[in-house]
Amino acid sequence: MKYGVVVFPGSNCDSDCYHAVTDQLHEEAVYIWHEEASLPNGLDVIVLPGGFSYGDYLRCGAISKFSKIMQEVIKFANNGGYVIGICNGFQILTECGLLPGALLMNTSQKFICKSLELEVVNNQTSFTKTFTPGEIITVPIAHGEGRYHIDENGLKELMANDQIAFKYVNNPNGSIADIAGIFNKKKNVLGMMPHPERCLFRNRKSLNILDIK
Amino acid sequence: MFKVKVHVMLKDDVLDPQGKTVSHSLDHLGYKGLSNMKIGKYIEFKVDSTDEATTKAQVDKMAKDVLSNPVIEKYEFYMERV
Repeated sequence: MKYGVVVFPGSNCDSDCYHAVTDQLHEEAVYIWHEEASLPNGLDVIVLPGGFSYGDYLRCGAISKFSKIMQEVIKFANNGGYVIGICNGFQILTECGLLPGALLMNTSQKFICKSLELEVVNNQTSFTKTFTPGEIITVPIAHGEGRYHIDENGLKELMANDQIAFKYVNNPNGSIADIAGIFNKKKNVLGMMPHPERCLFRNRKSLNILDIK
Repeated sequence: MFKVKVHVMLKDDVLDPQGKTVSHSLDHLGYKGLSNMKIGKYIEFKVDSTDEATTKAQVDKMAKDVLSNPVIEKYEFYMERV
């Protein structure tokens, strides 16, 4: 599998994702600069890493969605390519419309950085196939704006289509329905606030989320 | 030339913890009777144009597509010829 890790000005988990893929999963990975107008050939998975793309100006992910590379990422996802957005990457995926809803400031108004437990809700996807339904995994979070929000109809639709990937066991940020990560309808796009790329040693099983085969 | 003022606010059904916290603090300081405090964004800029209708349509599209996120936010704007 060939992974592409998109690098925006302000991304700060790009190297973590790259090394998780190459050193731990032993797959090929390339960095993709945000100004590129096309994707490298033969990509299977695109990772939108965490960080503060474009300084989080205006709204988290708001400027990134208009970058040249995102137009290609959107086409790639619409053609069935795998895309995973972590933290700021999740915010970008909701801003650009590949995933529904939006991420808001944590209810506590604090930046929260700690490991916590997630429940795997849907294991019938390429991202979650190595887990059992209801399995509890540990993944760290590190965000100030991770409160997932979606309107009532949107939430019903997420549940009806099995689009909820992970739920927090102890909701840290006020996310609606304890949601920590969601899929698109086709289940080829995953967005999540927790960072599986940081599970290289402790809680190594959580890294499987990035292992798409 | 037009001067444009855009207000972007969270929708009414979206919790605004910042507004809530500030409102509570003011209450503690003795400013009683405050409610529904929301904190939003104020954006101002100038547009070099003479046609009001075209500018209005352009600003509306900018506010909808870029300056606000319709999933969580609402906006309103004012224009004055300068």
